[in-house]
Amino acid sequence: MKKTQRSFLNRRVLLACFIAIAAIYLIGIFIWGLAMNPNDYAVHYENKLLSPSASHLFGTDAMGRDMFKRCIKGLSNSLVIGLLAAGFSSVVALILGIASAVFGGWVDRTVKLLVDLCMGLPHLVLLILVSYMLGKGALGVTCAVAFTHWPGLTRIVRQEVLQLKSSQYVQAAYRMGKSPFQVALHHMVPHVLPAYLIGLVLLFPHAIMHEASITFLGFGLSKETPAIGVILSESMNYITTGKWWMAVFPGVMLLLAVILFDGIGETLKKLWNPMSGNE
Amino acid sequence: MQLEAKNITFQYTPKGPLILNDVSFHMESGERVGIVGPSGYGKSTLARILAGYETPEKGQVLLDNVPLSTKGYCPVQLIYQHPELAVNPRWKMKKILTECWNPDQELLKKMGIEESWMNRWPSELSGGELQRFCIARALSSETKILICDEITTMLDVITQAQIWNVLLEIADARKLGMVIITHNKSLAEQVCTRIISLPELNHIEQQDV
Repeated sequence: MKKTQRSFLNRRVLLACFIAIAAIYLIGIFIWGLAMNPNDYAVHYENKLLSPSASHLFGTDAMGRDMFKRCIKGLSNSLVIGLLAAGFSSVVALILGIASAVFGGWVDRTVKLLVDLCMGLPHLVLLILVSYMLGKGALGVTCAVAFTHWPGLTRIVRQEVLQLKSSQYVQAAYRMGKSPFQVALHHMVPHVLPAYLIGLVLLFPHAIMHEASITFLGFGLSKETPAIGVILSESMNYITTGKWWMAVFPGVMLLLAVILFDGIGETLKKLWNPMSGNE
Repeated sequence: MQLEAKNITFQYTPKGPLILNDVSFHMESGERVGIVGPSGYGKSTLARILAGYETPEKGQVLLDNVPLSTKGYCPVQLIYQHPELAVNPRWKMKKILTECWNPDQELLKKMGIEESWMNRWPSELSGGELQRFCIARALSSETKILICDEITTMLDVITQAQIWNVLLEIADARKLGMVIITHNKSLAEQVCTRIISLPELNHIEQQDV
């Protein structure tokens, strides 16, 4: 009995530690990239195509730019876009999800239609279309990613609120003279918030990955911006000549960021869900 | 205060079966009306309609000859059969208990609610313990008529007796009207001043029963 209790505590602590480390790593990259001096990743023709060394951890590219600094700056840019897109998507999802569940009728049908419409089209095609229509660049990518990531979360929020609306304690609260606003604030928000926050965290890896992929395909950020997508597509020209470091390190960094975000989301899901409390 | 159900007809979905057909009854405060009937005859549905949770297809629920208002504290309060569904699982017991009024210590003591339960989550209490909270929660001074939908079915006999004793005492002191829905004929005979059999009120053809 005592032993099981101890290992259970350990698991929770371990998970919390993992979340903390992952969050510190990601926030560190984000702030470092934002505060970075543009000179650090500027062109230096004298040290072009150097392999990884102590002074250039990830080597340099054909224009002598330090790949490590470019990677950090690129990831930081991705995070900014991810943050904006996920923030926008989640607000849209929250509003549409609640509206659709609360009002029902034609509002519900319209929202469901929009969700199906958005989910029915291949994701990447839709992203490219929106980004291209808005003239590519940072604006195009951000809007494209923001406009295409809300359907999943909308469904989650709608489902939660629908379930709550018909629950006895919410109906009882209405009969006890509570206004819809009070019910929403005291009964609904605490219930929807965990699912919503987890959905929000899980949106990040998607947003970052999609930003990188449309940039890689040339429909996203411009060539001069340091971005993982740009770096990867450039490095494709050099990979056959044995300049492996230009593709491997940025790719690994991108993957790591995505996996960490995903890990944080999934872990939070486990921690917050009372059902998995004794796992 | 008097509560009157006037020609109530109800079905859950437009194409679904008719649950209640032309049900009328009338009660005064101070009265304890027992409604008995077999499962599936619409007892709980009638309770939900009387407390304003559902609006009937036809007919009205009148409180002192005025239709039941949907805004503000409803003087007709319903206590559910399943207390674990009637409390927010993310609230602590204290918040649940004081959602609409602040019960005094004396009442809590009579109901057998212990001080140490206040800081627990609903999942840490048993059904019987939760039901005491649900009953205390509905006993605000604004409540005039209490509808008890099988409130003690899941409790052991001693707890049943304890809860009914307290409820009857309070109902007598405050002249509350009570509608008691139950399967248990002997319970109904013991606590009610009048017993109505729902199948007799309900003008429904039970072809498939």
